[in-house]
Amino acid sequence: MSMLRIFDVAGSAVSAQSQRLNVVASNLANADTVAGPDGKAYKARQVVFQTELMGAQGVMGAMGAVGKDSEASAGVRVSTITENDTPGRRVHDPKHPSADAEGYVTFSNVNPVEEMVNMISASRSYQNNVEVMNTARSLLLKTLQIGQ
Amino acid sequence: MISRLTASLDFHAQALSLRAERQRIIASNIANADTPGYQARDFDFASALRQATGQATGNGSGQFGNSIATGVATGIATGIASTVMSPGGRAMPTLRYAVPAQTNLDSNSVDMDRERAAFVDNSVKYESTLRFINGSVRTILDSMKSHTQG
Repeated sequence: MSMLRIFDVAGSAVSAQSQRLNVVASNLANADTVAGPDGKAYKARQVVFQTELMGAQGVMGAMGAVGKDSEASAGVRVSTITENDTPGRRVHDPKHPSADAEGYVTFSNVNPVEEMVNMISASRSYQNNVEVMNTARSLLLKTLQIGQ
Repeated sequence: MISRLTASLDFHAQALSLRAERQRIIASNIANADTPGYQARDFDFASALRQATGQATGNGSGQFGNSIATGVATGIATGIASTVMSPGGRAMPTLRYAVPAQTNLDSNSVDMDRERAAFVDNSVKYESTLRFINGSVRTILDSMKSHTQG
């Protein structure tokens, strides 16, 4: 039943996109975080997606017999989460409790505009995959009713 | 006699499994819409169906196979060119890679507009194939009823 694998594929994409939304949420929550006593502020994070071959044929592929079927259903997974290394925003505020010796406060390097765009993109992709699952579900239910 | 009744059912069953296959490939493309380096894939349904019915029904292929319109789906270029058998013994359609309409920095070639259109198109055609199958089943069942059953 190749249609049943659609749920694996779209499900993996939904979970990867929700992980991306999670990372965006923590970036936005830390948009105004200042550096602690160690001088290191929060760094913006980003997920990296990778194609993952799915299903029983993928296991067969690991044993040496790579079939076209395993290539056909490609899911997604989050391979790594990278940190943005650009220096954080520095603001001159000597009265701030976290100001350094020169009177500068280091904020996190999160760019809220970038994060909002990332969030919209993630939620659209999430919706697309939910729609794929709904369509596959209704098609399978109709297939079950053949001959009735 | 019964083989004549089931020939059209066989044809639609092949079409249905190819539609399911295509649905799965499009779902993979949609799932990987944000994956860097992913190349969108698809297959030419008409030639895949001709190939599948030619192998499965033999004589019946002339009846149905020739009526299918030829033509390669737009934007799909030649990619992998070999036929691999699935575990069920059915020939898997040859997958081709999509030519991106707009280039992308991360070399991802999924065009969401095209994929969404193909997905809806494929699901509507899947449902119509289901209706054809239901019609054939009903015809066979009706032909097996005796006149006293009404």
